[in-house]
Amino acid sequence: MSQTVQSSGDTPDENRRDFLTLATTAVGVVGTGMALWPFVDSMNPSKDVLALSSVEVNLSNIAVGQAIKVMWRGKPVFIRHRTEREIKEAEDVALNQLVDPETDDARVQKKEWLIVVGVCTHLGCIPMGTATGEPRGDFDGWYCPCHGSHYDSSGRIRKGPAPLNLHVPTYTFLTDTSVKIG
Amino acid sequence: MRKFALTAIAAAFALTAFANASKASEGVVPPEMDWSWKGLFGTYDRAQLQRGFQVFKNVCASCHSMRYLAFRNLEGIGFNDDQVKAIAAEYDIEDGPNDDGEMFTRSGKPADHFPSPFPNAKAAAAANGGATPPDLSLMAKARAHGPDYIHALLTGYEEEAPAGVEMAEGKHYNHYFPGHQISMPPPLYGDDVEYTDGTEASIDQEVQDVTAFLNWIAEPELEARKAMGMKVLLFLLVLTAMLYAVKRKIWAKIEH
Amino acid sequence: MSAPVWNNKVVKWVDDRLPIISMVHHAAYEYPTPKNLSYMWNFGSLAGFILVTMILSGIFLVMNYTPHADMAFDSVERIMRDVNYGWLLRYLHVNGASMFFICVYIHIFRGLYYGSYKAPREVLWWIGILILLAMMATAFMGYVLPWGQMSFWGATVITNLFSAFPVIGDPLVTWLWGGFSIGNPTLNRFFSLHYLLPFVILGLVVLHVWALHAVRSNNPTGVEIKTPQDSIPFHPYYTIKDLFGMGVFLIIYLYFVFFAPNFFGEPDNYIMANPLSTPAHIVPEWYFLPFYAILRSIDFSFLGMPAKLLGVLAMFAAIIVLFVIPWLDTSKVRSSRFRPVYKWFFVLLIIDCFVLGYCGAKSPADPFMGLQGLQVITMGQLATLYYFLHFLVIMPVVGKMERPKPLPASISESVLKGGANA
Repeated sequence: MSQTVQSSGDTPDENRRDFLTLATTAVGVVGTGMALWPFVDSMNPSKDVLALSSVEVNLSNIAVGQAIKVMWRGKPVFIRHRTEREIKEAEDVALNQLVDPETDDARVQKKEWLIVVGVCTHLGCIPMGTATGEPRGDFDGWYCPCHGSHYDSSGRIRKGPAPLNLHVPTYTFLTDTSVKIG
Repeated sequence: MRKFALTAIAAAFALTAFANASKASEGVVPPEMDWSWKGLFGTYDRAQLQRGFQVFKNVCASCHSMRYLAFRNLEGIGFNDDQVKAIAAEYDIEDGPNDDGEMFTRSGKPADHFPSPFPNAKAAAAANGGATPPDLSLMAKARAHGPDYIHALLTGYEEEAPAGVEMAEGKHYNHYFPGHQISMPPPLYGDDVEYTDGTEASIDQEVQDVTAFLNWIAEPELEARKAMGMKVLLFLLVLTAMLYAVKRKIWAKIEH
Repeated sequence: MSAPVWNNKVVKWVDDRLPIISMVHHAAYEYPTPKNLSYMWNFGSLAGFILVTMILSGIFLVMNYTPHADMAFDSVERIMRDVNYGWLLRYLHVNGASMFFICVYIHIFRGLYYGSYKAPREVLWWIGILILLAMMATAFMGYVLPWGQMSFWGATVITNLFSAFPVIGDPLVTWLWGGFSIGNPTLNRFFSLHYLLPFVILGLVVLHVWALHAVRSNNPTGVEIKTPQDSIPFHPYYTIKDLFGMGVFLIIYLYFVFFAPNFFGEPDNYIMANPLSTPAHIVPEWYFLPFYAILRSIDFSFLGMPAKLLGVLAMFAAIIVLFVIPWLDTSKVRSSRFRPVYKWFFVLLIIDCFVLGYCGAKSPADPFMGLQGLQVITMGQLATLYYFLHFLVIMPVVGKMERPKPLPASISESVLKGGANA
């Protein structure tokens, strides 16, 4: 009895079973994998969230030297109307002094307007220095109170634990005094 | 296996009959229409949906709200980005508060929802003789027979109530409305809109178009659902056939 | 059963410390199963599979659902329209509930036909009834969550049942509601319990399977496993059979999800809850209809107890009676296959349940199946009477009087005889 079982392993019939089982398992595994995707994707941003992913900001009320915060995708965006001095400071820094080398030119579209996402690149706190009277750090920009990161007047990291410059969102100037972020 | 298949089929039939028998069947059964989205492969006709939207916004929207329609959704009936922006901009949307703490109106954006003709349900009832015009976003799913009922209702008005029927003040006789006395006056007469695609706006055309549009806004996922369903069922048929083959093989040596 | 020897060192290391792998091996691999199980034995594993589907789709739905009276309906519509594949998750969940009950009802009737409740399987049967009760509570509370008209009025009617109890009735209902009518507090607590109960069901299912493995599976002959020839290991024989059944089941289930997603639903639930207006015709979901018919069929008072209280008691009794049928059934034979008389009463019971379901769906004064002169309420009363007669009278009496057909000596013997007496 045991001999027949042994030898039948070599018959084509037995091979067909192996192939069939293997193929069925493969199809089943692929199907299960595909069935999981809708569940995973349901956690991605929904259509109504995506539809609100840009904001328009009126800049006419921001005086030179002032800055505002606006909400964009649930995060603050800093918009600073920079003074001549701040622009010059930002442009004059040698790239080799920077942790994350980037020219000021590459970070602004119009020299007087600096627009950056107001989230510290270290661990996500919101740096101080937007409202008048708040500490602006050693480089005339922002200072993050959580772990002491200093950003300059171009939003670049100069001192402290943060690894990268403040992120520049995509934005377009609709007119001279109106900008669309996102 | 044969027994199993028979049992399954019998069970399916019994269940379907049972579920159908247990549906609430109130009112007059509306005639069944041949809608383009019916059946396993049915899809919407984009041109028809756009015409239906035209009827909705020019006629229905003066009394009825459509709270689940955002302008961005109109891409689903074949408008492009710029057209959607242009349509949205035709409407005033209340927004705010602004930096002075005031509410203000601005022109609509694609993310906005279609504005309601009345600020709240009480205002709507007050302006319509005490009857609140219902929201239309889910109408095609919220009535038995869905689109067939909407179609029948819109064409089911009679100028004169049948002899012996006492009509209440401000009510209109409708053959398909439960109780036959409806507050909504006949909304469509033909030529209520001038179709941008040149189709003749007969009353029947308008009713079919607006019904299609109402079905779309109730089930905007319908086409994606059926397309996905086809693929899933085909896949399952193959997989199940393979599983059956494996089962036969494994059980081949077992007397059972 | 000797513990298997594990060749893999990691597996052995874990198993020596927590014998969970051996446990699963016993339960799902070497578990000796009667070799003659029919496809009627597929529905237990199917029900387990749907439970998992329901929990999974439910968890993902909750990520986008808002349990607040003002926002619940909108949040469900947002799931349907804006959340990626939200419509799929919701339709899976909604139709899954119906599929769950279909499988569980078939599973229960299979148990009734083959006498799977009889000694030594009483506790296994009890746990099963507890699962049914927990499912009913879960389904009822889940139906309230979208906050449509049927949600609201279904919740109102069912919770009002408890007002039938004397003295404690009214305070009890107010306590259930957390207010003086169904409202936001009610929705919140139903949501909380709807999320909790499925995990209670999961726990009960573990106990159910545990009890099953202690007493072994029944089979179409009702004759216990006697020799090793009567049984085969669960894997691969029943794993593949269950998987094939799952394929067939998925085709049916997903057909509804993709092509008739609102087939089991009521249109009124797509209208937002309105405490000022009740829909013209309110009906519970189909799986509650037979019980609803029993509730409504008591329209008379008796022994000073009002009709409302009697109706509620009758409805609960319809399930409670299932707990005692292991002792009401006096037959020496398990399987109805060998019970020429009871077999026909069993068929009658199934018809009776469908009649009850039909009556539950119709207005009491309607004619039954279009028959003039026979009102739905009257038919419902007759059907209710039969339901209780069946368990309380027919089961004990027929069990004593009937002469069963001769049983096969063993499972293998019945298998070898083929379909002769199947």
